[in-house]
Amino acid sequence: MFAVENGLQGDPRLKAISDAIRVIPHFPKTGIMFQDITTLLLDPVAFKHVVDIFVDRYKHMNISLVAGVEARGFIFGPPIALAIGAKFVPLRKPGKLPGRVISEEYELEYGSDRLEMSVEAVKSDERALIIDDLVATGGTLSASINLLERAGAEVVECACVVGLPKFKGQCKLKGKPLYVLVEPREYDELTLYN
Amino acid sequence: MQTIISPLLVSHRLSLAPPVPRLLNNYHHRAPTSIRLSSHRSTNSLRLFSSTVAAAAAAAAASRDSEMATEDVQDPRIAKIASSIRVIPDFPKPGIMFQDITTLLLDTEAFKDTIALFVERYKDKDISVVAGVEARGFIFGPPIALAIGAKFVPMRKPKKLPGKVISEEYSLEYGTDKIEMHVGAVEPGERAIIIDDLIATGGTLAAAIRLLERVGVKIVECACVIELPELKGKDKLGETPLFVLVSSA
Repeated sequence: MFAVENGLQGDPRLKAISDAIRVIPHFPKTGIMFQDITTLLLDPVAFKHVVDIFVDRYKHMNISLVAGVEARGFIFGPPIALAIGAKFVPLRKPGKLPGRVISEEYELEYGSDRLEMSVEAVKSDERALIIDDLVATGGTLSASINLLERAGAEVVECACVVGLPKFKGQCKLKGKPLYVLVEPREYDELTLYN
Repeated sequence: MQTIISPLLVSHRLSLAPPVPRLLNNYHHRAPTSIRLSSHRSTNSLRLFSSTVAAAAAAAAASRDSEMATEDVQDPRIAKIASSIRVIPDFPKPGIMFQDITTLLLDTEAFKDTIALFVERYKDKDISVVAGVEARGFIFGPPIALAIGAKFVPMRKPKKLPGKVISEEYSLEYGTDKIEMHVGAVEPGERAIIIDDLIATGGTLAAAIRLLERVGVKIVECACVIELPELKGKDKLGETPLFVLVSSA
């Protein structure tokens, strides 16, 4: 579900957020219009809008755990976690987390990858939010949902700054709702800096 | 560089610490204290000393010499932060005592306090750029940037950033690695801090400093949660001061 479908129609913050995202054509490969959120991070007002909108949505949902997908989920997750009084749990590429971990494989376009989580991070009966910057195929988020559920948490929602239009309406990922702020931007030569 | 305790920190200490002599109110130039952690983190082996390191290398050495002699009143926030960090032996390889900050992130008070300590230090220093080193610098940098109204600039491993980048090489134990930043992310004359979870040899932070200096940015300070002082990372930072919360021997 997109923010505009759920009470934020006409909210000027959404336009500011969308305008702050830069599109890099053909990265990492030909045909992909890469949604670069680093320009959003250079705009403290727009970055704060993102956090404020997510915090307003989740602060009364009794979320005890915010999981962020490496690496851009590490940027958006912690400010939300801090504001709502939840713990932050990093979901990482293989071999990065010390101690006991569980891991989940997921499909890439060619081949597969794994995501890991520390087993001690999750107590039973936790209510979890999963954050990433963007959802495309949903593969990474699905793997994240699996990790949290295997550890006994209840995934309340997945949240992303950018999402493909197919995630409008009641579209769910593994039965879990998805909340997205903006659609991908079109490539526009005039908006490029450097 | 002076170390000033913000009024907020002083009043916090007064309200939460055990009763202290009135004299401490006059200690204006005192850094937040840190705890020296033994490898097994037994409370019997904790020592209290001042953690802030001055600007020049000589001053840094002198202050470190005096750190051991200085007993300070413990900022209650620092103790909790230090005890929330987990040490994992032999990770990622035998002989390394890994300082695991993920347990700090699970402790909502400790994480909040960590950010608050950095924000209190930097909020009135005209910092317009918070640069965070991938990946754990991405966890601590953005909350600080948001609180002080600065931009957040990720400094990344090669080929992760799209578009035009500048890069800086640095040495590893075996071989080299690179750190990259977007062209145009920062402007000449901006004042920056660089954040990472930990400083070990200082190689990564030194490369981050070089990258920012190449584009005319002034690095006010490097800030880390943890320092491994035996690895003398501070010495690689040149004129740039280092601020840490916890020093782990």
